[in-house]
Amino acid sequence: MTKKVTVIDYGVGNLLSVERAFEHFGAEVLLTSDPKHVLDAELLVLPGVGAFHNGMAELSRLNLVDVISEFATKERPFLGICLGMQMMLSMSEEFGETKGLNLIPGKVIKIPDTDASGNKHKIPHIGWSALRKPSADTNWDQTILQSTNEGEMTYFVHSFTAMPENESHRLADCEYDGRKISAAIRRDNLYGCQFHPEKSGEAGLKMIEAFLKF
Amino acid sequence: MANTRLIARLDIKAPNLIKGIHLEGLRVIGDPQEHAQKYYQQGADELVFMDIVASLYERNSLHELVRHTADNIFIPLTVGGGIRSVDNANNLLRHGADKIAINTAAIKRPELISEIADRFGSQCMVLSIEAKRCGPNQWEAYYDNGREHTGMDVVEWAKQGQELGAGEILLTSVDQEGTKKGFDIELVRQVSDAVSIPVIASGGMGNEDHLVDVIQNGHADAVAMADVLHYNRLTFKQMKEAAEQNNISVRKWAA
Repeated sequence: MTKKVTVIDYGVGNLLSVERAFEHFGAEVLLTSDPKHVLDAELLVLPGVGAFHNGMAELSRLNLVDVISEFATKERPFLGICLGMQMMLSMSEEFGETKGLNLIPGKVIKIPDTDASGNKHKIPHIGWSALRKPSADTNWDQTILQSTNEGEMTYFVHSFTAMPENESHRLADCEYDGRKISAAIRRDNLYGCQFHPEKSGEAGLKMIEAFLKF
Repeated sequence: MANTRLIARLDIKAPNLIKGIHLEGLRVIGDPQEHAQKYYQQGADELVFMDIVASLYERNSLHELVRHTADNIFIPLTVGGGIRSVDNANNLLRHGADKIAINTAAIKRPELISEIADRFGSQCMVLSIEAKRCGPNQWEAYYDNGREHTGMDVVEWAKQGQELGAGEILLTSVDQEGTKKGFDIELVRQVSDAVSIPVIASGGMGNEDHLVDVIQNGHADAVAMADVLHYNRLTFKQMKEAAEQNNISVRKWAA
């Protein structure tokens, strides 16, 4: 049966690649900002690039904040990508404090502008980084990382990073110059990834495929 | 630094992929779509499409190419050439570009950098700089494929671009471009050390040693290449092996 994926379109970034990545596995994609379609989604994707406060302001303007929260109670699969992942947290320190969707407790902070030894390093973090299990207890079975091997690399581009309060919500981490980055987060059927699965070649496509199997 | 990115740069004079020397004297290489697909499969970390006649006609003509690229290529794509407004940028992003590279329009109206960064985020805004050496340790910014000069110092312009909101700098040495004689290492190092955003070195790569040199001595965060790929002089596999032998970390990728 054809899976129907609803991708929230709030006006920024390259949504075509997100759409094509799901279509690559035979899914039918609806790009929409209509609250009714979002609430009724079978699988919901919140993409996004850019600034946290702009993203939240757009979701709010489109009356989508409460709708996404309600969707999240329905036990259907949800995937936030890049800014979409960051907005899943409770708040961001970007431009003072901005409230997030609060799907996963925690906050979004600036990546330190020095590496682990205190030397200046480049921000944004742009490039391919290896995914690691945050703890010995982390299990990727039956998650979007079910076909992913530790050490596989995905494409990141960001200046801020998510800090989930609960360590068990960390699904994968990566390192940038010795700084720990939350690469993927999860609470039940709600997933977020800081990297772009739709821009991470085969490594990312496997996750898209896994998400479609939920 | 992050794993150094190896980027395939495709200069396009629609409908052809072309290659020049010092950004001029163009030769037709072939179909850009086919080459993009080949580089994706070979393990390129990113792609750059440059419409090299766009500024002349004041419009980018790569929309259809970009749209088709999104069908089956799943790595980041930067598109440049002839982008003059937030609307132009938005249109290319909607066609499947991830980042927008701007040179001419940013020189004429630097606020455009801020406008694009504010609307789409800094990560979308790549400042493209064409640099020509004009003295010892001195470079001037050019536009229109190295034909028009600005009187602007490249290092100062890079710093200003960062202040205005650029998320990355694509730095092309007009002197070295197409020569296969190696990068302008001093240029890349001066710019890369002067800014806190990543710098992509472009222009001059002829072999693996040049690659290692511009990363280790030029402090490049990413390297764009054209000639070595278009003429099948090197594969990404060979380049990544050379990088790793020199303790440069790159994306691990199984072909």
